[in-house]
Amino acid sequence: MKLDSKIPEGKLEDKWRNYQVKSQLINPANKKKLNVIVVGSGLSGAGAAATLAELGYDVQCFCYQDSARRAHSVAAQGGINAAKNYQHDGDSVWRMFYDTLKGGDFRSREANVYRLAELSAPLIDHYVQQGVPFAREYGGVLVNRSFGGVQVQRTFYARGQTGQQLLMAAYSQLYKMIRAKKVKMFPRSEMMDLVVIDGKAKGIIVRDLVTGALKRYAADAVVLATGGYSRVFRLSTLAIGCNGSALWKAHKRGAYFAAPSFTQIHPTALPQSSEAQSKLTLMSESLRNDGRIWVPKQKEDSRKANDIPEEERDYYLERRYPSFGNLAPRDIASRAAKERIDAGYGVGRLKNAVYLDFKHAIENFGLKTIKDRYGNLFTMYKKITGIDAYKEPMQISPAAHFSMGGLWVDYELMTTIPGLYAIGECNFSDHGANRLGANSLLQASIDGYFVLPNTINNYLASVLKEEHPNTNHPEFAKVENEVRKHIENIMNVNGTKTVDHFHRELGKIMWNECAMSRNKVGLEDAINKIEKLKDEFWSEVKITGTSNDMNTELEKAYRLADFIELGILMCTDALQREESCGAHFREEYQTEDGEAVRIDDKYMYVSAWGYNEGNFKMHKETLEFENVKPTVRSYK
Amino acid sequence: MKVTFKIWKQDKPETKGALKTYEVSGLTEDMSFLEALDHLNEQLVLKDEAVIAYEYDCREGICGQCGVFINGRAHGPHDNMTTCQLHMRSFKDGDTIVVEPWRAASFPIIKDLIVDRSSFDRIIEQGAYITAKTGTAPEANAILIPKEISDQAMDAAACIGCGACVATCKNSSAALFTSAKMNHLNKLPQGKAEEHQRVKEMTYQMKEEGFGSCTFTGACEVECPEGISITNIAEMNARNFKAKLFG
Repeated sequence: MKLDSKIPEGKLEDKWRNYQVKSQLINPANKKKLNVIVVGSGLSGAGAAATLAELGYDVQCFCYQDSARRAHSVAAQGGINAAKNYQHDGDSVWRMFYDTLKGGDFRSREANVYRLAELSAPLIDHYVQQGVPFAREYGGVLVNRSFGGVQVQRTFYARGQTGQQLLMAAYSQLYKMIRAKKVKMFPRSEMMDLVVIDGKAKGIIVRDLVTGALKRYAADAVVLATGGYSRVFRLSTLAIGCNGSALWKAHKRGAYFAAPSFTQIHPTALPQSSEAQSKLTLMSESLRNDGRIWVPKQKEDSRKANDIPEEERDYYLERRYPSFGNLAPRDIASRAAKERIDAGYGVGRLKNAVYLDFKHAIENFGLKTIKDRYGNLFTMYKKITGIDAYKEPMQISPAAHFSMGGLWVDYELMTTIPGLYAIGECNFSDHGANRLGANSLLQASIDGYFVLPNTINNYLASVLKEEHPNTNHPEFAKVENEVRKHIENIMNVNGTKTVDHFHRELGKIMWNECAMSRNKVGLEDAINKIEKLKDEFWSEVKITGTSNDMNTELEKAYRLADFIELGILMCTDALQREESCGAHFREEYQTEDGEAVRIDDKYMYVSAWGYNEGNFKMHKETLEFENVKPTVRSYK
Repeated sequence: MKVTFKIWKQDKPETKGALKTYEVSGLTEDMSFLEALDHLNEQLVLKDEAVIAYEYDCREGICGQCGVFINGRAHGPHDNMTTCQLHMRSFKDGDTIVVEPWRAASFPIIKDLIVDRSSFDRIIEQGAYITAKTGTAPEANAILIPKEISDQAMDAAACIGCGACVATCKNSSAALFTSAKMNHLNKLPQGKAEEHQRVKEMTYQMKEEGFGSCTFTGACEVECPEGISITNIAEMNARNFKAKLFG
């Protein structure tokens, strides 16, 4: 199948307008006859569900949590970018577009990225109108701060709880539409599979997590807003329930998976302290605005941080990247930390961390200002570690974080299955090989509020005359039976090892071979190991309880079964890309001083993987840069 | 580290539950409380027993999904902290730890330590929003909001919806939850237009869901992970009076 990205005609600045002018309209009387399923209730899902309902569509929204308000968008701390140029520091839509494209190491589509930057300003207007209490100056105007990879101040924030505040706005708007009876909400409901009829997405099979019952839902279009899949590493900054199953099921039904190996490792999370650890808590990147990262100059220095004099500290980011310093982009900051830790300069009990120090910031701006900026982050740090970071530096370490990869989508955010859309983190569209800080909330929101509600019409107008999908269609029964069989198979293994055991093993393989740095031998080895782990899982996993009841072990198990398969695809993708770009760092392709070597003449494409009975086949979407010239990405 | 857990086990909403005792060893002080329960569940699977059902998602104190009574206190022994942020270093080797679900008629038990908090969503549904459609917003800086006002709105908006305030209240009142949401929106110029209606409808729904009345003991603000102040409740009461006069 040829991948058609459906980029509209015209100059870059005019493409979105040209698209809208030409897109189809559906009259209000017909809209209410059209049903849309939205899976996921985070920023993109809730935003899309609420907006589609406001437009008159009949919407059903599903989430696995007990309430839409729990979606993992809630945990984003630092902020959301927008090209408002309120700080009068030379920002513009063009500059934001360029920063994002460069941040992604020129592995994303120009037209999509430009649209993201273009719609960022109205998005801030939208959130302010919905009551988001963004930080403000005494005079009442909005405040901005800087984020990694950028030299202007374009990040809007609500303390260290920006994601929470944006999600509350989206959740409130969603509940407004639930009250208006335009959206029906299904919490504690997990999508188990996609139903495709005559090549088009027509519904989903859902497991009621309270009763274990399987249920069928039909719709004219299905929207996946199911977030990232970095829990494939087990230890990550993601919520424990985050999973890749909806994506994986859609992939197996025909949706191409793009750039699955592009995974962001965040430089500032709390270090792992024990094998039993389930989660790596993120400390917002915004801390790097004022905190300085360092390690001792002496290997395995056992002195306390405060006892190490200034001249014996290596501020390695400032040393290696003088123009961006502590605000180097995430992939670069993470790799630099890994380099120091691997070389024996790590700090902390397990020597797996680096320091993030606020001493100078407190001296320069005063304790009160630092408390005002980051108070809740310092409190959170103390709750988890017991350490007062106003008095001694934080210890931080890289952790698996964001999935740049996801289902391949065109300019309309439609996947390769007609009628199936992917929005927010679960698609591959705007971030290329590395996402800039504070662009995640942005992309999720733009996709959900502004893009999808304007692009879904084209498809829905085409199905208006078709018969409405019905859950009595034999395909629903077939898929439901497949799901039931799959669950029975897992329950019936009745082996000797827990689900968590297998997840820890998968996490170790993925973290060692498919995270911050990768190589051919390691990746090939990882694929073999995961294949073996898959066999072992299907012969040795043990789950107690039944499938006709709330069973949290079973939920973990079927999500892990998909992660194992996804892990193989991630390694396969990392293996084919014989270059280093963004977060994808192949050890074979680096300069003498350890910087990435990108190979544009061979790898200027997005890999999009098709699935056929356990085999993956790669398709290429060649990236064309008409407006910017891809350069060596330097932050020196 | 070794502890004895006494954990509430209940199969279904309609069946009777009871505390069950589990001896757990092999724990470390660095483990979070929920990781200790994870560890226990793995042991139970290997012993062919059904696992204990408990809730969590983000495990960093912001999603609000976790929450249990630990030794008689909502979210455990510390003030202003979620269950997921509690670590085993807060207990001593050999301790007995009693773990129960949130206790409130408006939060019926689903299974073991999991309760149904959809009553909170239904309170939100009754006006905890600003009626404005996507695409209708004016320029963000067109309406100035002084820092002080914005900060107060943020203080109230920080609520994570965990339900500890209700669970710890002797009357199972949702006054802190409801008032925080109302005040967040009512403080901002954008929320003013629907102020009185919001206060009336959310208050009505709060009672409709069966939550008790607030007698201002202040127990809730001690447990609230975000430290939301009970002055919010006083303000809600004042606003209710205003809504009756002018609404």
